[in-house]
Amino acid sequence: MSDDTTTERARPEAIKAVPVRHPGRWVGLGIIAILAAMFLHMLLTNDRIRWSFIFLEYQDGKRGVMFTEPVLEGLRGTILLTISSMAIGILLGVVIAIMRLSPNKILSTVAFIYTWFFRAAPRLVLALLFGNLNILWERIGFGLPFGTQIGKLFGLDNFDGQFYSIKASDLLAGFVAGMLALALSEAAYMAEIVRAGIQSIDQGQSEAAVALGMSRGQVLRRVVLPQAMRVIVPPTGNEVIAMVKDTSLVAYVPVTFELFFQLQQIQARTFVVLPVFVAALIWYLILCTILMIGQYFVERHFGRGYGATGKAKQRLRDIQVEQGGRITPTGEGT
Amino acid sequence: MTETTEMVRADNVHKSFGSLEVLKGIDLVVKPGEVCCVLGPSGSGKSTFLRCINHLEKINAGRIFVDGELVGYRERGGKLHEMGEKDVARQRQSIGMVFQRFNLFPHMTVLDNVMEAPCRVKRESKSEVRDRATALLEKVGLGAKVGNYPGQLSGGQQQRVAIARALAMRPKLMLFDEPTSALDPELVGEVLDTMKDLARDGMTMVVVTHEIGFAREVGDNLIFMDGGVVVEQGPPREVIGNPQHERTKAFLSKVL
Ligand SMILES: Nc1ncnc2c1ncn2[C@@H]1O[C@H](COP(=O)(O)OP(=O)(O)OP(=O)(O)O)[C@@H](O)[C@H]1O
Ligand SMILES: [Mg+2]
Repeated sequence: MSDDTTTERARPEAIKAVPVRHPGRWVGLGIIAILAAMFLHMLLTNDRIRWSFIFLEYQDGKRGVMFTEPVLEGLRGTILLTISSMAIGILLGVVIAIMRLSPNKILSTVAFIYTWFFRAAPRLVLALLFGNLNILWERIGFGLPFGTQIGKLFGLDNFDGQFYSIKASDLLAGFVAGMLALALSEAAYMAEIVRAGIQSIDQGQSEAAVALGMSRGQVLRRVVLPQAMRVIVPPTGNEVIAMVKDTSLVAYVPVTFELFFQLQQIQARTFVVLPVFVAALIWYLILCTILMIGQYFVERHFGRGYGATGKAKQRLRDIQVEQGGRITPTGEGT
Repeated sequence: MTETTEMVRADNVHKSFGSLEVLKGIDLVVKPGEVCCVLGPSGSGKSTFLRCINHLEKINAGRIFVDGELVGYRERGGKLHEMGEKDVARQRQSIGMVFQRFNLFPHMTVLDNVMEAPCRVKRESKSEVRDRATALLEKVGLGAKVGNYPGQLSGGQQQRVAIARALAMRPKLMLFDEPTSALDPELVGEVLDTMKDLARDGMTMVVVTHEIGFAREVGDNLIFMDGGVVVEQGPPREVIGNPQHERTKAFLSKVL
């Protein structure tokens, strides 16, 4: 634009200056490099770690301890436990967060008490407690509330008002008990995370949505929660990763179908301690790394319309439009 | 619905926040196709009154009718019954609102912002809504921005999208709460032009604004509020050119 109105001036020589030196950085880098090298050297040469025990064979003719059948079985259990307790935890957490923010005083009080209890109770204690809850009840089932008392009232001795019930020690033991302990505890933390997310969204957003005639459910699902996800996802990633590791607590329920329990069994059998811990550590590192990669993609999805990834997508769309391409509607199927 | 001669009717509307009485008996009539401008100093209750019209705020006394229908309540046997959420939402569908701070949905593209309510609330067919939304965005001068996110638009562009979003519901009444107050001066004009077009097309509008020029040019009626009451009202040229009340004079001398 300015080319034809102003006479172009000669471009001055590009600046070639001596950059500021940072000798401190180089010293620091040197020290870190030496320490890292020492640590690596120790890892590789100290044969008490027994890498072959971990990776190759831990008894004659058997695979490394990481890959033996009970450990893999335990790994599956850990994954299953993480997924199921997080799924329940997240769903219940969202419900409790919504209850907590409800104008209905009863709902918000119930939600408050729930989060108070399950945040204050240590997970290990909860796990042990749930593992032993079955001594409180003989059977668990659906039926009339206070069924036995109602039966007595009408003089029916063996009436208990139960439509369907199973033995408590069958249901509330092992895996289910451990999973419930983790899930219910997780729901309390998730409720706080979701609440923070919802509260971080400007009031004007739900006002605009309501003014368009949206119902409260629609406002939540379509406007508030999708935006709150940006705030909710990073701490939820933390929670999932913490859960992978907290599943090891249910070894005390006891849940045998769990990674840490299986590795401890091997310790007890073989009297090999440290390498087994290293094997456990490696599995947890692998699992959590996969989860962190997953988190990156989820964050990118909910960052639409904000920051770098949103702009990158927009550039693509602009190019499409300029080339006469169709405008691809976004936001479908989310 | 029967043809009414009054699109908005407010009878002695009172509104308090706790012990603070913000509206102290507002009366107002807006006829179909009219543009009513609301003027007044900060804190006089203009936004609150506007929000009462689509029941974003519950009034404590008085009545508000939109197109002949009582807002937020049903009168049965001389007794008022609160409307359920569904009915309130239905009433709001025909009342568009434009906010000072736009309040576009930042996680949706411009097109999706405009399509959201017709598709989700009225459950109209997607292709039909897309055509209408594109046409509306074209009309407010944003045909090239359909795929953008609100964060990539200027304030003036965002406000025009917000107007298109409200219009996509085919409202019979539009409420504007200081639609140009958050804009850089050079962007005010484009939004006012859009609103003028809308007025020319016969839309009934209630506009809270400090744009005296707009009120004078487009307004059919002007009300001046202060301290929760309507101090003065009449044709904009008369009220602005020859204010009768001391408070109106004082206010106008400051904004003119
Ligand atoms: N939700 C609320 N709770 C308590 N007080 C409120 C609430 N909303 C508004 N108010 C009060 O009501 C009064 C009128 O507010 P309102 O927003 O209607 O004024 P306004 O005329 O729109 O002013 P402005 O020109 O600054 O927008 C103010 O004193 C304000 O503090
Ligand atoms: Mg206001």
